[in-house]
Amino acid sequence: MSENILLEVKDLKKHFRVRGSLTKKVRAVDGVNFYIKRGETLGFVGESGCGKTTLGRLVLKLIEPTSGKIFFEGKDITKAKGRELKEYWRNAQMVFQDPHTSLNPKMTIASILLEPIRFYKIDVGDEEEFLAKQMELVGLGREHLYRYPHELSGGQKQRVAILRAIITRPKFIVLDEPTSALDVSVQAQILELLKDLQRKFSLTYMFISHDISVVKYMSNRMAVMYLGKIVELGPSDPLFENPLHPYTKFLLAAVPIPDPKIARSREKILIKGEPPSPINPPPGCRFHPRCPFAMDKCRREEPPLIEVERDRFVACWLYASK
Amino acid sequence: MDFIYILLKKIIWKYAGLREKISPGWIQKNSSRIREWELMAYAYSRSPIGVLGGLIVFVTFILAVIGPMISWEPYWEYKIIINESYRYMPPCLPPSCTGSPLLGTDEWGRDIIAMSLYGIRISFVISIVVVVLGAPLGIILGLIAGYKGGVVDEAIMRITDIFLAFPGLVLAIAFASVLPQRIRGALESNSILRAFFAGLFGLREAEYAQIAALLSIWLAMVLVWWPGYARIVRGSVLSIREMPFIEAAKLSGLSTWSILFRHVLPNVISPVLVMMTFDIATATLFAASLSFLGLGPQEPVPELGFLISKAGYYFPERSSHVVAFLGIILLVMALGWNLLGDALRDILDPRTRRAIEYRMEKEKKK
Repeated sequence: MSENILLEVKDLKKHFRVRGSLTKKVRAVDGVNFYIKRGETLGFVGESGCGKTTLGRLVLKLIEPTSGKIFFEGKDITKAKGRELKEYWRNAQMVFQDPHTSLNPKMTIASILLEPIRFYKIDVGDEEEFLAKQMELVGLGREHLYRYPHELSGGQKQRVAILRAIITRPKFIVLDEPTSALDVSVQAQILELLKDLQRKFSLTYMFISHDISVVKYMSNRMAVMYLGKIVELGPSDPLFENPLHPYTKFLLAAVPIPDPKIARSREKILIKGEPPSPINPPPGCRFHPRCPFAMDKCRREEPPLIEVERDRFVACWLYASK
Repeated sequence: MDFIYILLKKIIWKYAGLREKISPGWIQKNSSRIREWELMAYAYSRSPIGVLGGLIVFVTFILAVIGPMISWEPYWEYKIIINESYRYMPPCLPPSCTGSPLLGTDEWGRDIIAMSLYGIRISFVISIVVVVLGAPLGIILGLIAGYKGGVVDEAIMRITDIFLAFPGLVLAIAFASVLPQRIRGALESNSILRAFFAGLFGLREAEYAQIAALLSIWLAMVLVWWPGYARIVRGSVLSIREMPFIEAAKLSGLSTWSILFRHVLPNVISPVLVMMTFDIATATLFAASLSFLGLGPQEPVPELGFLISKAGYYFPERSSHVVAFLGIILLVMALGWNLLGDALRDILDPRTRRAIEYRMEKEKKK
């Protein structure tokens, strides 16, 4: 079992200091546990501000965690620095949300792609031939190599960004909303491309998105985040069919259904209010001010993430007795 | 202005052809870049003010390079020794007057046009070198401050504030009173250094004491010149360093220095380039005013500011032509850089460039 785990995160926390205050902290990620198995896709879903992007950057050590541990292939990389960190980054890459800002506007596509190859001293033979071949992987051609990012469309840019991430043949990629800045028609192509690459290079994905249907389409398992915590974690299909946590139920109820007949017959549940500030999260369960099932216990004690069925975890007192 | 565009295009393609010869395939690989350059050339050729500025700068550059060589009167020969009447001769414009210097003479009876040729070289060299030395210092400090943030940022920027608050004139005065003796010693003992700086300023090696004075105001200016750059660069870096492509570069394994110079610098350099051209104008005037105040070189060096201050004693009765002519030269030199900087800002600003790009497309269709 543990051989199969590529990445494991234990009680990871990231608190940002609030400017001009000594005691106030933004609890962007507040005690998160999960693991990702080799070759699978773990999706993270949640509304904006719930800490999913911060979590992605934490996992890649782009920002230093406040506390907690990160294991990659069984090795603790929480404190990795210098060469060790670079070695980790050779195996773990990221695709960013906005392809317009994730490519340096002053560099040609070829020089952007050559950077990791040159730095990690990967022997590729003739660089141009190699790059041309790589471009085919993501559906681009040799003619795009010597263009500047602004000469490409959004979808093409994201393809370049994806290629940059896989060019060192990493094992693990964090996909931080890779499609949310793109047109719907292009989104589908990019998702297909990602799936295709995953099969080809047996990649492991951590897929972050606010779009629960996209996450479901991409992921084997998914985690629902609310205010810096995972509230529900489980295999995608059962979680989608039968959500346990009230927040997940709300999220799923908000997914549009293409057939108006079914949509009309669907039970309408609307979520009340705004998510509370992560600077000062409510005591007890963080969701209780908006939760219709809130009990006394929810206001006092924070529910732990417990396994209610095989592989299905939920942090809610409603299921604590089982 | 079409001939400017054609000329610049020719230069671009000459350069591209040269690169192609060195490494075949260069043109194909850099076609996007060449297109970008052509666009810049086009944008520049469409700006009459910029073309004028460029022309002025080009002419001053040529004059600065060949001036001391073509100057028909050595600045170290005082004609008044032969005849006192040579002092402050009025302009002598044909056809009513022939045989005397065209625009008159200065205090020592030297032809004022011949002297200005030396002066242009000195002003040009000082202003360019001050900016070229001062800017990188500011750029590097600004890059580090902006990128590292935190304590490093605070420390660098507070030092910058101190230098900004420090009056450059006072520092120049202090330097002018202390440094020349030391630099003179160094020049005296080192003949290579002496020859180098004499050649740079277009002066005789025998004037090394004056060269020492020039170098000291030079140093003073370099020391007070960088803070502006540190500030402007730091500000731009703050917005660039949050861009995802910087994080992507980190993930590509690049070191901090490579990120700074490969990713951050190219994205913050355009406002700096514009500021540099404007600053060359300011430096020209600043250096001239320092020597006007007597902090720079003394006799017989024909520094423009110094000649003007000398002429001031006889102003306006006998020397107004000297003040006017040399003043106009300084004005035009500064104006040229300012106009060029203005055009450069339009070319390098992506927002205005879009509009130019659009116009170019439209014109091509015609």
